[in-house]
Amino acid sequence: MKTTETPAPVPAESGATVAKVGAPAGKDTRQKKEGGVLNVFSHGVLIIWAIMVVMPLAWAVMTSFKTDGAIFGSPWALPDKLHFDNWARAWSDAHMSDYFLNTVLVVGGSLIGTLVLGSMAAYVLARFDFPGNRFIYYLFIGGMSFPIMLALVPLFYVVNNMGLLNTIHGLILVYIAYSLPFTVFFLTAFFRTLPASVAEAAFVDGASHTRTFFQIMLPMAKPGLISVGIFNFLGQWNQYMLPTVLNTDPDKHVLTQGLVQLAVSQGYKGDWSGLFAGLVMAMLPVLAAYIIFQRQVVQGLTAGALK
Amino acid sequence: MQHGKYRFIVGFLVVPLGLYALFVVWPFIQSIYYSFTDWTGLSPDFKMVGFDNYKRMFDDEIFWKSLEHSLLFALVLPVVTIGLALFFSFMINVGGRRRKGGPVITGVRGSSFYKIVYFFPQVLSIAIVAILFAFAYNPDSGAINSVLSAIGLDSVQPLWLGDPNLALWCVMAVLVWSTVGFFVVLFSAGMASIPADLYEAALLDGASRFTTFFRITLPLLWDTVQSGWVYMGILALGAESFAVVQIMTTGPGGPDYSTTVMVLYVYQKAFRDGQAAYATTIGVALLVVTLAFAAIVMRLGRRERLEF
Repeated sequence: MKTTETPAPVPAESGATVAKVGAPAGKDTRQKKEGGVLNVFSHGVLIIWAIMVVMPLAWAVMTSFKTDGAIFGSPWALPDKLHFDNWARAWSDAHMSDYFLNTVLVVGGSLIGTLVLGSMAAYVLARFDFPGNRFIYYLFIGGMSFPIMLALVPLFYVVNNMGLLNTIHGLILVYIAYSLPFTVFFLTAFFRTLPASVAEAAFVDGASHTRTFFQIMLPMAKPGLISVGIFNFLGQWNQYMLPTVLNTDPDKHVLTQGLVQLAVSQGYKGDWSGLFAGLVMAMLPVLAAYIIFQRQVVQGLTAGALK
Repeated sequence: MQHGKYRFIVGFLVVPLGLYALFVVWPFIQSIYYSFTDWTGLSPDFKMVGFDNYKRMFDDEIFWKSLEHSLLFALVLPVVTIGLALFFSFMINVGGRRRKGGPVITGVRGSSFYKIVYFFPQVLSIAIVAILFAFAYNPDSGAINSVLSAIGLDSVQPLWLGDPNLALWCVMAVLVWSTVGFFVVLFSAGMASIPADLYEAALLDGASRFTTFFRITLPLLWDTVQSGWVYMGILALGAESFAVVQIMTTGPGGPDYSTTVMVLYVYQKAFRDGQAAYATTIGVALLVVTLAFAAIVMRLGRRERLEF
């Protein structure tokens, strides 16, 4: 009912013509002034927050080029010269290269698995009527709001009994399972928006259901797959809780775990500059990818909440 | 389309559903069952103990502390984050100076720049953010205390994460920092879909921009705000708070359990103390809190849906 309290467009238009005639000129300047003050104020506030966001990141980049002495002596001073050896040390001695490789393997495998399995389930749930359809759909959706930690305690033993603990493929299977709720939710909505006639035509022409799905429906669903793919990529690349519980072997660590391990071990190793180089190394590819694919990333991440 | 339909449906559902049932649904069911046993997690033997774990939980001082902190997270974080995000997105979308011949309400110059920058923390792992801030909070040579002494506040050198009274707020500030950008972008998208003539009409009627915000923008954005609220609350109770508390605070759990949260306590009981059954009991409590939170927000926020 709130909308009716604001004037309907018609009287507003007549108000605009009056304003053009010039009668309420005082009101116009008052609004202009209000706009001006607000404009300065908003820019001020917005710039302060932008600085607060960028500062810690810029500080990390700067620190990664400094010596340990300089990090503790003068945290905000610029590095005396660019110590690229920090980066080299982090890459090889601190095993960042291994963590990168592990992360790429885990995320690559689970991203493909999530998209294939998620779209298969979503397609069937969106397009076919069968007993239990709604039940399975809500079973998937329910996984979005449950605290994962509750399942992780028994999950650890389930995974252990299957011999999948501390393995890359075990982690991939678990990542896929925990990515399915949102993926199915998102893609079910997406498949419902696609026209049914194309699939029916293909079917009449003699294509099987499976072939119709892979050759007709999946290409049509590409925008949706990209959005949900970006969402899952970021979620899986940045995942911390699942590997912490299920992947305790240091050789199999993913990036986030490796960095936390590195941060903890600095208590006695004291290679802080190497740690910062590692942090920046892990941050930059994701930030760069975000800046390049900015529009798709934002769409992918906000689409779920807006739906 | 009947031919081979059921074979197709079963063929397509069996793998995803099987994986989901095995790794997600089955563990959830098991953990509720385990909460009534004395299972340690270390040996396969256990027996039913009824409500003993729940009785123990209600007498557990640390459990109550973790519950208190988790509730604080779920109440304070959404309010601060969504409040800030609404403020920023209003500034970005409506705070612009009126340009000649342009629309009455415009976004500030460089609005897309702000949106890109604010979103940065969202693409970084919360684990990386937590390590970075743990270092910035370092009392001796951290970035924050150095700034304080640089501007002449040598006497103000808090221990931050080492101070039991401050540690929890420090952790929450990091979560605010990392999530505000997401909501700014989300709300901006919502605001962009509000027809401009609604604003024009209100302004020509002499409404100030702040009245406009509370009478037009907020009511029309309510659905988005509400789902954002639930989303943020679930994050604050679950994975995000686990990462920041586990990585940033000493112990982990902070000096004198001052930052321990339910999700961390579940983890510690199960994987550090070998009390898997008791851990699942706390996990069930966490489930109840999460569902109650979502139900309350949906209930309180229910109002007539506005069409525009």
